[in-house]
Amino acid sequence: MSGSALPLEIVDLRTTLFTRRGEMKAVDGLSLTVGAGETVALVGESGCGKSLSALSIMRLLPDPPARIVGGQVKLNGRDIVPLPEETMLGIRGKEIGMIFQDPISSLNPVTTVEKQIVEVLMTHTELGRGQARVRAHELLELVGMPDAARRLDAYPHQLSGGMCQRVVIAMAIACSPSVLIADEPTTALDVTVQAQVLALLKKLQADAGMAMIFITHDLGVVAETADRVVVMYAGRKVEEASVDELFENPLHPYTVGLIGATPTPGAERAERLADIPGMVPPLNALPQGCAFAPRCTRVMDRCLTEKPALTVPGPGRLVACFAAERG
Amino acid sequence: MAGELVSPTPALRGSARRTAALRLLRRRLIQAVPLMLGVVIINFCLIQMAPGSFLELMTAENQVSDPATVALLRKTYGLDDPVWMQLLKYIWALLHFDFGFSYRQNMPVIQAIWIHLPATVLLMVSSIALAISIGVAAGVVASMKVRTFWDSLVSIAAMFFYAAPSFWLGIMMIVLFSVKLGWLPVGGMMKIGGNGGVLDILHHLILPTLALGLFYAAIYTRVMRSSMLEVAQLDFVRTARAKGLSRNKVTIHHVLRNALLPVVTILGVQMGTVLAGSVVIESVFSWPGVGSLLFDSVSSRNYPVVLGIMVLGSLVVIAANIAVDLIYMWLDPRIEIR
Repeated sequence: MSGSALPLEIVDLRTTLFTRRGEMKAVDGLSLTVGAGETVALVGESGCGKSLSALSIMRLLPDPPARIVGGQVKLNGRDIVPLPEETMLGIRGKEIGMIFQDPISSLNPVTTVEKQIVEVLMTHTELGRGQARVRAHELLELVGMPDAARRLDAYPHQLSGGMCQRVVIAMAIACSPSVLIADEPTTALDVTVQAQVLALLKKLQADAGMAMIFITHDLGVVAETADRVVVMYAGRKVEEASVDELFENPLHPYTVGLIGATPTPGAERAERLADIPGMVPPLNALPQGCAFAPRCTRVMDRCLTEKPALTVPGPGRLVACFAAERG
Repeated sequence: MAGELVSPTPALRGSARRTAALRLLRRRLIQAVPLMLGVVIINFCLIQMAPGSFLELMTAENQVSDPATVALLRKTYGLDDPVWMQLLKYIWALLHFDFGFSYRQNMPVIQAIWIHLPATVLLMVSSIALAISIGVAAGVVASMKVRTFWDSLVSIAAMFFYAAPSFWLGIMMIVLFSVKLGWLPVGGMMKIGGNGGVLDILHHLILPTLALGLFYAAIYTRVMRSSMLEVAQLDFVRTARAKGLSRNKVTIHHVLRNALLPVVTILGVQMGTVLAGSVVIESVFSWPGVGSLLFDSVSSRNYPVVLGIMVLGSLVVIAANIAVDLIYMWLDPRIEIR
């Protein structure tokens, strides 16, 4: 464990779903790195393997059916994939924090906010109950909970979605983790609240220098939060670029399609939003070649028979597409 | 904080929840009045429809055949009044806690029931306590070891005790534990000539409690198991695991309390059937409770006692349901009190 190790480095992660209908490669050789203070967005449609990637990093896969079958997840230089469950208990919530999609259902409905925050503090720190309660109050203020002292006694159903998400964030950062995984943290929220939560996450991340993986299907959110973007399709990384480069010059036809399908405020009103025809193929029936080929506008013969490997079209960029290679 | 509306209900602190509980209690008690009235009217009419009257049996047993005496008795017990008048008189008497007179025990009905009530309440409480503790524990074990040997074992046992009639179970247990093994008494509540020491009563309580409670334990096991499995799928359980809590801690602190809610619900609904079941069990084990009294009173057409037991039984069920409501409220803060 060297001091210069990246907070998070994923190497060739493979997660497979073992089902009655066969094995499905939900995450197929994903590699990515996140530096301290950096935000990497994981983007793709539903079912592309984003959330399973996040749960793989947490080692919280629903087993059965899902299991990590290969690769490494290095947390501050240490591979956590082979670690026993007892060791993982000390890592979850302490070294990796996680924020979930639906804030209200992410909190236990029959327990007060305070107890839920205190619980994570008492699991991972030496704080006594009294100190943990003081700390819980501080954390709620840190995440900008209005009227924090009074909210400690509240139950989740007495709070709005935005307030619940602040509680979940408070729990995730309570032990100052080096990595924060946010799985669609704003999808279930109103747009105004979305903006507040995003601003909060950015501020907390900057203050603590956390590495953040931000999972979303919303490219508007990506543009606001991420430094780098990894686009996933059918369990594989198809493109990676800095956020500016990705929006300026998307290389993979799928990325082009995603950006085209995002509404832009300045656009002509009459202009129809582009969509990507077809659907993500089921994981147990992936085509032999490129998984995106059946929906691709630039499909070639080669795409139908051969899987494109990741290539380096420029500094800091990766793309897996034969058409993009040719330019 | 635009967009973050302040919650309409302020956090319920301890004292606020107590006030809410008292409000619920008052509301339920008011609701109980028409309910009890209905119970009295229906039961009174049912007994009127039953053939014969206790007077016939009473006169036959005492070999009274003098028409003048019979007429006097009819007048004493108010049997000459029209039925609606008898009903009104009965309700009026009930309002003064007068349940009538039992000729067999030669004491007021309320007193006859009062003597037998503690035994029944003891049997009901111990059976429900047994059912809940076994049901919850077995349900939790089955859900944590789902689709393993232990899960199947629990399911088979639950199926058996659910399907076995409680009187048969009672008799079989008497045969095994009392007759063959001689570990436990055959029946009764205390040793003949005993002074009713706590240990003696507990010794006698074991078999009737098992016979009555295991049926409900089987139901709670099944409900608890499926409820645990359902709650375990919910988002907040994943959050709890992401906090680094061990599986046992997640189960006990997060899953269990949420999973208990359906068990508490059916507990309230079943309170009446537990009372009914105790009638059967009491006669199997000669347990000197209200059930035995009811059985004896029905056989002897001692209708004032039968009616009194039904009315008091309904009171017990209503009271138990109020208690269950309060427990539910304590378990689930989302229950807003209307």
